[in-house]
Amino acid sequence: MNEKLYPLSVTVNGKVHMAEVPARLTLVDFLRDTLRLTGTHVGCEHGICGACSVILDGAPVRSCLMFAVQLDGCTVTTIEGLTRPDGTPSALQDAFCEAHGLQCGYCTPGMIVASHALLESNPAPTEAEIRDAIGGNLCRCTGYQQIVHAVQLAAENIANGAK
Amino acid sequence: MSAQPGNYRYIGSKRRTKEDPRFVTGRGHYVADIALPGMKHVALVTSPHASARIKAIRTVKALALPGVHYALTGEELCANVDPLFVGVDAPRVARYPLARGVVRYSGEWVVAVVADSRALAEDAAERIEIDYEPTDYILDPEKAILPGAVLVHPDHGSNVLYRRTFTWGPVEADFAKAQHQLSFRVHWGRSATVPIETFGIAAQWDPGTQLLDVWASIQMPKYPDQLAKALRLPGNAVRVHFDVDVGGSYGVKRGIKHTVLVGYLAKKLRLPVRFIEDRLENMRGGDMHGPDRIFDMTVAFDTDGTIHSLKIRALDDVGAYAGRSPLQLGKPVGAIVGPYRITSVEYEPISVLTNKTAQEAVRGFGQAPTNYAIESAIDRVARHLGMDPIELRKKNFITKDQFPYLIPSGSTYDSGDYHTVLDKALRAVDYPALIAARDAARKAGRLAGVGIATCLEPSGGNSAFEPLFNPKNETTTWMDSCLVRVDISGAVTGVMNTSTSGQGHETLVATVLGEVLERDPDTIRVVHADSLNALPSNSPVGSRMAIMLGGAAAGAAKKVKAALMAIAAHNLGVALESLEYRDGNISAKGDAKKSLSWDALVEIAHRKFHKLPPGLEPGLQAKFVWEVPTGGGLPTADGRIQMYPCYSFEAHLVLVEIDPSSAQPKIMRYLCGHDCGTMINPDIVHGMTYGGIAHGIGAALYEKFAFSDNGQLASQTFMDYLMPSALEVPAIVIVDHCTPSPLTEFGQKGSGEAGYLGAPAAIANAINDALAPLGASIDELPMTPLAIWTQLQGGRTP
Repeated sequence: MNEKLYPLSVTVNGKVHMAEVPARLTLVDFLRDTLRLTGTHVGCEHGICGACSVILDGAPVRSCLMFAVQLDGCTVTTIEGLTRPDGTPSALQDAFCEAHGLQCGYCTPGMIVASHALLESNPAPTEAEIRDAIGGNLCRCTGYQQIVHAVQLAAENIANGAK
Repeated sequence: MSAQPGNYRYIGSKRRTKEDPRFVTGRGHYVADIALPGMKHVALVTSPHASARIKAIRTVKALALPGVHYALTGEELCANVDPLFVGVDAPRVARYPLARGVVRYSGEWVVAVVADSRALAEDAAERIEIDYEPTDYILDPEKAILPGAVLVHPDHGSNVLYRRTFTWGPVEADFAKAQHQLSFRVHWGRSATVPIETFGIAAQWDPGTQLLDVWASIQMPKYPDQLAKALRLPGNAVRVHFDVDVGGSYGVKRGIKHTVLVGYLAKKLRLPVRFIEDRLENMRGGDMHGPDRIFDMTVAFDTDGTIHSLKIRALDDVGAYAGRSPLQLGKPVGAIVGPYRITSVEYEPISVLTNKTAQEAVRGFGQAPTNYAIESAIDRVARHLGMDPIELRKKNFITKDQFPYLIPSGSTYDSGDYHTVLDKALRAVDYPALIAARDAARKAGRLAGVGIATCLEPSGGNSAFEPLFNPKNETTTWMDSCLVRVDISGAVTGVMNTSTSGQGHETLVATVLGEVLERDPDTIRVVHADSLNALPSNSPVGSRMAIMLGGAAAGAAKKVKAALMAIAAHNLGVALESLEYRDGNISAKGDAKKSLSWDALVEIAHRKFHKLPPGLEPGLQAKFVWEVPTGGGLPTADGRIQMYPCYSFEAHLVLVEIDPSSAQPKIMRYLCGHDCGTMINPDIVHGMTYGGIAHGIGAALYEKFAFSDNGQLASQTFMDYLMPSALEVPAIVIVDHCTPSPLTEFGQKGSGEAGYLGAPAAIANAINDALAPLGASIDELPMTPLAIWTQLQGGRTP
């Protein structure tokens, strides 16, 4: 089937990508299949689970609910773009390791994206604010407790100068 | 609060896991991340009917689309593969990946389309035309067992897959002497653990080597064997890659029908083929629904609270096909009296076919529903007698000096100290304050309840329910293994033999190897073999890996250590018993000058054959394969058998409030006292316990695969199948206790099902305590706001 293609220019993790995409290609499929950034995960494809969360122009969004063509001229950050420049874990990612804020790792990129967005706007969140910020991300392994601890720990470490 | 015996270097300490760093940076390696060159994609056409004859399938329009390669029907597939394994003796309940001739539930797979992309495959699937003739169906399991019921599999002759009445101990005598008896019914609703990652599989057939390579998101015992058998291939023509990260499973990621389907397509088309379920395919046709079980309970007891006997009839609706699902009624036999001194039990498990999505294994393998039924009985007895439910439990607990304790159904509990764990939990939660908080809320006009559940987690999974439920199946071997290598640089590598789905097995192996060899676990690498170079394993089911993989790693490490000692004895001219092993270096006791370092010993093993003791293999590696402790027995004629070897204990205490206007329950306090013996890595144990409690909250209050009257699954999406978020799961306090198992290397027991096994019972008891002042109660899970609201309206449905 010959699908009509649309031009797209999008900045992902600091790098500009030019592509031609079909209208129906979702953002998550573009990231995973076209750019091979497989850290962003597909969970439900209907906007509930949050596993596909990425940061679009500063705000967390569901990449399964957006089409790639909507991204023309936008800036996207995925889990791969949240590491330190050398690819090692950021302070937030490191706190998830320290608190064991994950098990299977599947929801983790979305959790870290949601937590990153929270800490950008609120560097010292309360437990209730953390739970609210990750309230749109489902995790089936952890019962959320160690995730909440990880975000609290990250906030402390970042306040003390960790990056 | 941890109380760990033993003097360990690494075991039981706060240590980071080996797995977490790759996941937090987005570098996990899941099946959907696998992109094979030239890979094709599968989409499915599924049945819209609960029951129908397939009159015709037309694939022409689909195949006419450019980029579409194939449309596979059940006629072709069933003629070329063998049926999938059935856990009980019911050979005519044939199960294949695709329907042939008839469909037996809405969502059943009918046609698989292969195309260049998943999107294209979905386009093609929409162009497949199928003529159905709807037929009668049966949805109610009670009606399904009656004579004359519509049959899901007419060739089987009945909808009953398995039924037997077991009598263990003097049931009738106990009932005759008991001063009271109570009968009631509770219903565990159909839910599952629903991982955020769906099933997925990629496969590639190489005609040159005649080898099928498989990458899959699975957690399944005997998966390579069953796959090869169904595809009519020798076992060594299938290579399953166990280095695929699995995005959650908690029992359900069996995926055998997915794999037979894709394996067949890959071989037939000689193309790499991948199938990743979308959420709809997963929810209605992924065959991962959990138990759906009606319990009729009768309990015999005295005025002083002594419970003598139980009669349990458990009717389980397994849906349209059977894999291992009927066996989920068998596993609870190993803890059928819970933590209580109940001297006799009558147990009648009934496994029933209906026109619903097939049931598969779910966390706990049927134990959580049974624990819910037993704990409901305890609370009802307490209410009947006006006794404190805590005191009633304590009165009936097996005491710590009674272990090892043989229960009527033939299992011996290894160890435990239930009174102490419950007391620690009561102190930590400040039980009088908890009751005061409940009473204050009631006084202020709110509904509030305190719930308790005390129950067991059988662990170290074996397959003893297989010969129990099917005498033709004499499987008693249920081993696991580990291979340890020390390379010439002195670095240690552990090889495990299954995939892993979040349980931290790499950390487990590294910690155990480090402990025995006295080497830093952070320097130890753990890899996953593929099925052709793997040692035998039965996969991480039945809360078994801390026990079985941990034990295998310890056994292999001890062999390596013994080889090092032999090298040192030979080269130092010192008797073995006069040598001392420290940090991998070996020296003569009392003579530090006579010593060989780790590096020197390793070099001798690898390079200096002239210094190797006679008879020792060169190189430095060892394997250890072992049978599950206490395993190997067949059941007695009356169905007594040793089920799992080790028994963890948990005591849940919950305070719930219910908003009287919305009937929305809110968990105000949650505390779990937990004893799983020695914890290898406390963060991992606690994490799984928190997660298990969250699953239990879902099963108790929110999650249900509901079917409409015409057999359509009504909860197909995450908007209808409601899973608890961080806003529904409260902060949870875990209080650790350690009663070591005498059967395991370090005293460890299992914890992979922790939390889930008691949380639904505790929450249900809390809700019913909240409703008790109204004279109301709910006897079905999930206890949704609608169910609660109905009770608040005096039982009138809206």
